[in-house]
Amino acid sequence: MFYREVGEFKSTYAQEQVLLPIRQDRYFVWSLVLFAFIAVPLFANAYWFSAILIPFLILSLAALGLNLLVGYCGQISLGTGGFMAVGAYAAYNLCLRVPGLNPIVAFLLAGGCATLVGIFFGIPSLRIKGFYLAVATLAAQFFLDWVFSRIAWFTNYTPSGSLNAPAITLFDFTFDTPLRKYILCLAFATAFALLARNLVRGRLGRSWMAIRDMDVAAEIIGIRPLYAKLSAFAVSSFFIGVAGALWAFVHLGSWEPLAFDVNRSFSLLFMVIIGGLGSILGSFLGAAFITLLPLFLNQLPAWLGLHWSTALISHLESMIFGALIVFFLIVEPLGLARLWRIAKEKLRLWPFPH
Amino acid sequence: MPKATRSFPLPEEVGAVHTSRLTPHASRQRVAQTMGFFLEVLIGGLMAGVLYSLVALGLVLIFKASGVFNFAQGAMVLFAALSLVRLMEKMPLPLALLVTCVIMFILAYAIERLVLRPLVNQPGISLFMATLGITFFLEGFGQTLWGSDIYKLDLGIPKQPLIILDNVFNGGILVGSDDLFATVVSGALVVVLAIFFQKTRIGRALRAVADDHQAAQSIGIPLNQIWLIVWTVAGLVALVAGIIWGSRLGVQFSLSLIALKALPVVILGGFTSVPGAIIGGLIIGVGEKMSEVYLGPHIGGGIENWFAYTLALAFLLIRPEGLFGEKIIDRV
Repeated sequence: MFYREVGEFKSTYAQEQVLLPIRQDRYFVWSLVLFAFIAVPLFANAYWFSAILIPFLILSLAALGLNLLVGYCGQISLGTGGFMAVGAYAAYNLCLRVPGLNPIVAFLLAGGCATLVGIFFGIPSLRIKGFYLAVATLAAQFFLDWVFSRIAWFTNYTPSGSLNAPAITLFDFTFDTPLRKYILCLAFATAFALLARNLVRGRLGRSWMAIRDMDVAAEIIGIRPLYAKLSAFAVSSFFIGVAGALWAFVHLGSWEPLAFDVNRSFSLLFMVIIGGLGSILGSFLGAAFITLLPLFLNQLPAWLGLHWSTALISHLESMIFGALIVFFLIVEPLGLARLWRIAKEKLRLWPFPH
Repeated sequence: MPKATRSFPLPEEVGAVHTSRLTPHASRQRVAQTMGFFLEVLIGGLMAGVLYSLVALGLVLIFKASGVFNFAQGAMVLFAALSLVRLMEKMPLPLALLVTCVIMFILAYAIERLVLRPLVNQPGISLFMATLGITFFLEGFGQTLWGSDIYKLDLGIPKQPLIILDNVFNGGILVGSDDLFATVVSGALVVVLAIFFQKTRIGRALRAVADDHQAAQSIGIPLNQIWLIVWTVAGLVALVAGIIWGSRLGVQFSLSLIALKALPVVILGGFTSVPGAIIGGLIIGVGEKMSEVYLGPHIGGGIENWFAYTLALAFLLIRPEGLFGEKIIDRV
């Protein structure tokens, strides 16, 4: 009744092309952003920030990057963890070796490094598809794991291979408390979500989707696969690289190569599948789901008054993840985002059934 | 994410070479010894390759018959080996083997019924992701059901090393008899599978399904039964691989990771070719050992984890369908 296009009169091209055409959607998104920037900091405590909100935001950013590649361009990647590692180590080395470089600038430059690596490992995608490509990106993952654990230059010759991130400052303002870190991550996530949303509705995003839907047909209507596929790898790796730098600097603080192993890649892929392939919102929903589920499972036995061992909980977690993946693929291949879309469709017609 | 550790590398005992035997005594003997050492590395690599092929065979079987890239093969190996080991504690070996086979059949039935049938006609990549889900489920389920310790599997496979070609090289060449056993078993398995695929009625039906699902269905081949059969066979192959790997490494979580070792093998050999799985396995096995021994010391070691993938990738860039795979022709 209230949520509908009716009554939205457009008299300029700019209005026609606005990001969210329905007024209620605009209100909703603005209130969500305001809520995240103002209301959450007022009510949440340090545990919420460091255990839930910060990982959620950073993983959302990485999932967003992966979703651009897998969901929009249809190129499956199992090397996400490796690209995150590139971002993290590039940011570390930039901060270490370039005097006076602001860490936040370093994050973006690290994203640039990840972009280059991503393009390099995306080159096989021009020749190979599907599972073959999945395996090729897995090669990237293992190779990058090896590089960062064996080549001591990247870890500044620390004997243990674990690194400590420097403090993040901007104009004498240090992002040290959980709240400040949260705001930093939120700013990054918001900016990149906006960027992604605009990319996918533009020329670039459309060429990705054409490649995803049928690459040969896309080529015939004049989309260059080389350009489309490599640009998808580049943009996606940039997002993932920045997320990796944030993950290392903001969330972990000190880390070792294992933080970015193949498990990270799988979990990000699961976020994208569960959240919704080809959906910006889906990346956030998937990240929220996968971040919250282990916390929930850890609490569950206590609520039920049972005493489960940690091993049992982690096995159960693995089982539930596996079952959920299969469940989502069967029941709702487009993920949580699709449910949200269905709800909106219903709302448009409400209170009438048709 | 599950916290179960997936730490790399795999235990590196497979086809391990004995570098300590390289110490030269006299310069005249050195040439012969280097040659002997080279052969030893080669044989070690070949035997490791056979073990990879065993896992790759399961992958190829399922891909041939249903077009599903089964990432869960490694988890199936783990599950089969775990079931066998824990059942052996309670009953004699033949009975335990039989019960494990039944368990693998039930597993195949469950997968076919609960996962594959609802996903029929979905793109291959969804099916691949579904098997990723199965992998996580099986890893969790197997370890919840059977426990997550390291179990020793001893079926009486001879383990003492043999020394062959004693008269040709000084000291001969060291070969593990369990490696030989594994080679014989996989060879036999390949022959049996080849006969099964080429000569039997079911084998022909399997090949028909692999060629074209709809055409096979239209001439009266029951698709669901065929899938059940092929997943069962893959389960049994997983059991064999589980026995052989389990008896050398112990039955533990890392068995599940050998799927990651088998991936480059099938990529290299081609997804649809049984001989490809074998030859791919041998190439990867030899390549890994050779690179580790001769290249590893120069660039830092531990390259086994990615070398196979890079090798497979290099092949892919030249022949995207693998060595023996069927050429895919795209039409609009």
